[in-house]
Amino acid sequence: MKLTGAQILMEVLKEEGVKTIFGFPGGAVIDIYDELAKTDIHHVLVRHEQGAVHAADGYARASGGVGVVLVTSGPGATNTVTGIASAYMDSIPIVVFTGQVPTQLIGNDAFQEVDIVGITRPCTKHNYLVKDTNDLARIVKEAFYIAQSGRPGPVLVDIPKNVAATRIDYKPPKKIQLKSYNPTYKPNMRQLSKAVSLIKDAKKPVIFAGGGVVLSKASKEITELAQKTKIPLTSSLMGLGAFPGTDPLWLGMIGMHGTYRANMSTGACDLLIGIGVRFDDRVTGKTDVFASQAKIIHIDIDPTSIQKNIPVTIPIVGDCKITLGQLNKLLDKEDLGNLNEKRKKWLEQIEEWKSTKPLAYVQKDIIKPQFVVEKLYELTKGKAIITTEVGQNQMWAAQYYHFDKPNHFITSGGLGVMGFGLPAAIGAQLACPKKLVVDIAGDGSIQMNIQEMATAAQCGLPVKVVILNNGYLGMVRQWQELFYKKRYSQTRIEFAPDFVKLAEAYGAVGLRATKPEEVEEVLKKGLSTPKAVIMDFVVEQEECVYPMVPAGAPITEMLLV
Amino acid sequence: MIEEKHVLSILVENQPGVLSRISGLFSGRGYNIDSLCVAETTEPNVSRITIVTTGSKQIIEQIIKQLHKLINVIKVIELTGTEFVQREMALIKVKAKPEHRAEVLRMVDIFRCKIVDVGLEHYTIEITGDEDKLSAILSLLKPLGIKEIAKTGIIALSREPKIV
Ligand SMILES: Cc1ncc(C[n+]2csc(CCOP(=O)(O)OP(=O)(O)O)c2C)c(N)n1
Ligand SMILES: [Mg+2]
Repeated sequence: MKLTGAQILMEVLKEEGVKTIFGFPGGAVIDIYDELAKTDIHHVLVRHEQGAVHAADGYARASGGVGVVLVTSGPGATNTVTGIASAYMDSIPIVVFTGQVPTQLIGNDAFQEVDIVGITRPCTKHNYLVKDTNDLARIVKEAFYIAQSGRPGPVLVDIPKNVAATRIDYKPPKKIQLKSYNPTYKPNMRQLSKAVSLIKDAKKPVIFAGGGVVLSKASKEITELAQKTKIPLTSSLMGLGAFPGTDPLWLGMIGMHGTYRANMSTGACDLLIGIGVRFDDRVTGKTDVFASQAKIIHIDIDPTSIQKNIPVTIPIVGDCKITLGQLNKLLDKEDLGNLNEKRKKWLEQIEEWKSTKPLAYVQKDIIKPQFVVEKLYELTKGKAIITTEVGQNQMWAAQYYHFDKPNHFITSGGLGVMGFGLPAAIGAQLACPKKLVVDIAGDGSIQMNIQEMATAAQCGLPVKVVILNNGYLGMVRQWQELFYKKRYSQTRIEFAPDFVKLAEAYGAVGLRATKPEEVEEVLKKGLSTPKAVIMDFVVEQEECVYPMVPAGAPITEMLLV
Repeated sequence: MIEEKHVLSILVENQPGVLSRISGLFSGRGYNIDSLCVAETTEPNVSRITIVTTGSKQIIEQIIKQLHKLINVIKVIELTGTEFVQREMALIKVKAKPEHRAEVLRMVDIFRCKIVDVGLEHYTIEITGDEDKLSAILSLLKPLGIKEIAKTGIIALSREPKIV
C-alpha cells in the first residue's frame, strides 16, 4: 500500500483508538490537517496551543486514557511547552505531534524552525524527531506505548513537513519492542511480606495515597486495604478522589494546606504507607522531621521516586493496582487481631484532632470563597468533575469539595499552572459529555487562558466556570500578608474585565453574585444552564487559606484560622 | 554526607540526542560530571559511555536510577565498589629546550610513555594509565613547562569475565 506520512499517521491514530485531537494548524502540518479532515477523528480547534495541551491533559485524566495534540512548528510548538511540563510533573499520558520544517532545512534557522525536541527533552518522558517516513508508524506506536505504560507521561513526536508528504510503501508495524524500556509492574514478594509484618505490628498507621493510585486505577484496591486494616488515609492533592472523601477513615489532604488531623497523624504515626506518591516538598514540609516517628513503606512504579526525598524502610517498586491487589491477598491470610480494639485509641486521637481543629471559616456579610465551594459541593452532590486554576481557588476546591471517586479532580499539581482549569475542563467535558464539569477559578488565573471560552462555544460544550473573584492574585497576596508584612507588590488586580459581559461576548451565559444569599441561586441557575456559563462570585478579598504550613517548616506546625 | 568519586559504565542505544539526554540529566538535576567518554561498542547500534561523577551514596543511587529511566539507556553498571580496570590517555605538549631534552626522555622512559611528536622547542608525549600515574607525570613535567594538554577522560571495564 502506497501511503504518505500524513496518511500513515492517520492509520496509526485510528489503530490507537484516537477519537479526539486538540490542535491548531499551520504551514508545517498542513499535509497532516489535509488528511485529518478525511477521517472521523474529532479535531477540537483551540485558540492557543497551550490550551490544546491542557485540554488533552484534562481529557486524559477524565477518561483514564491518552490525550492527543497536534500543532505546527516554531511558535505552535513552543506554545505547548507549559502544558507538556505540567503533564510531565503530574505523569499524565499525552502524545504531542509538532510539525517541523523539512529535514533538508533543519539547522538552517528556517522560517518557523525551532528545536522542540531539544527544548522539551527535560519535560517529556521521551521525544522523537522523525527523519524518515519509514520510521513514522513505529515511532508513533512507541510514543503511545511509552506515554501510557509504566509511570505515564507526555511524549512528543516532531514530524518534518517532507516526512509527512513523502509517499512510501506502507507495512503496518509489528508489535513494538523496546529493549531498553521495561517498567516493573509486579512487586517483589519478599518486600511485600515485610510490609505485611509492619502493617500487623503497627499501632498508629496512616496510608498516604497519591496520583499514582488514580493513574493505575487502584481506588478499589486501596479502599479495600484501608477498610480491611482500619487504617486512616490521607492523600496528596493529586491523590484526591482515590479514596472516598466521605469515608470515616478519610483524613483529608496532607501538606502545606492539609487538614490539621492529616498533618498531625502523619507526624505521630508509627507506620506510613506511601502509595503512588513522590514525597513532594509541598507534602513533606521540612523533610528531616517528616513522619519522624514512623517506619515508611513506599510503593511506586518509578524507582527514582523512592529514596529521593525521604528515606524509607521498605521500598517496593511496582504498579499500585497490582501491588495493592497482592498486598490485600497476603493480608487476607493473616490474623490481624481485633482491629476495633487495636485502633480505638489511635482513631479517637484523630477524631479529637478533627473536632478541635476542623477546616473552618466564618460566613458574614461578604461571600466567603469556601462557602461557594461548599455550596457547589452540596448542589452537585459531589458528582461533578472539578478542574481548578492555581492559587487559593485550587486549595479551597481541594479542601471543601469532597471527592468520592477518582478522575473527578483535575488540577495542575506539580507545576501549578495558572490558566490550566478552563482548557482542562474543555478536555474533561469532551471525554465525559454527560457529566457536569466545573472549573473552580481565580480572577487572575482565568485570564491566562480565557480565550478557550471560544473553543467551548464552538464545540457547544456546557462547561461551567466558577470564579472566586477576590481582586487579587490571592495566594501570592496571602504570602505577602503573612511573610512580607502586607507589602502587596503587584498582586492587586487593579483592572479586570466584566466577567459577565465577557461570558456574553463569548456566546456563553454570565452570572454574578455579590451577596451570600445570592450564591445558591446563581449556582443553581448556572449549573442548570445547558451552555457554557461563567459565574462571577465577588468574594472576601483578603481571605487566607488555612491551615498553612510555612514553606520549609514541619507539617505539624500549622498556622490556623 | 561523604562525597565520593564513582565510575559508571552506561550502555545506550546509539541514537541522535542520547548524549544530550544524559548530559541534560546531569546538568538539569545538578549532578557533577568529572569526565565523560563515549564511543561505539562492537555492536554498531550500542555505545558505551563512561562517566566519572562525584556525590554522596544517596545521590549516586538517584543518578543510576535516573539514567535507567531514560528510554534509550540499556544498562547502567556501577563499577566503583567492584573489580575493574580503568585507563585514561593524555597527550602532553611539554617544553623541551635542548638542555631539558634528556630529562624529558628519561621521564618518558620511566613512565613508559611515547613521544608522538617532536618540535624545535617541544615534545608531545602520549601517556596511558590510571589517574595516579597521569597526575604523577604531570607534576614532574610541570616544572619544565607544559604548553598544552588533552585528556580523554576515564574509560573503564569490569574485571568480570563478561557483564553484558
Ligand atoms: C503561570 C503562572 N504564573 C504565576 C504563578 C504564581 N502564582 C501562583 S498562585 C497565583 C495567584 C493566582 O491568582 P488567582 O487566579 O486570582 O487565584 P487566587 O489565589 O486569588 O484564588 C500566582 C500569581 C503561577 N502559579 N502560574
Ligand atoms: Mg484571585
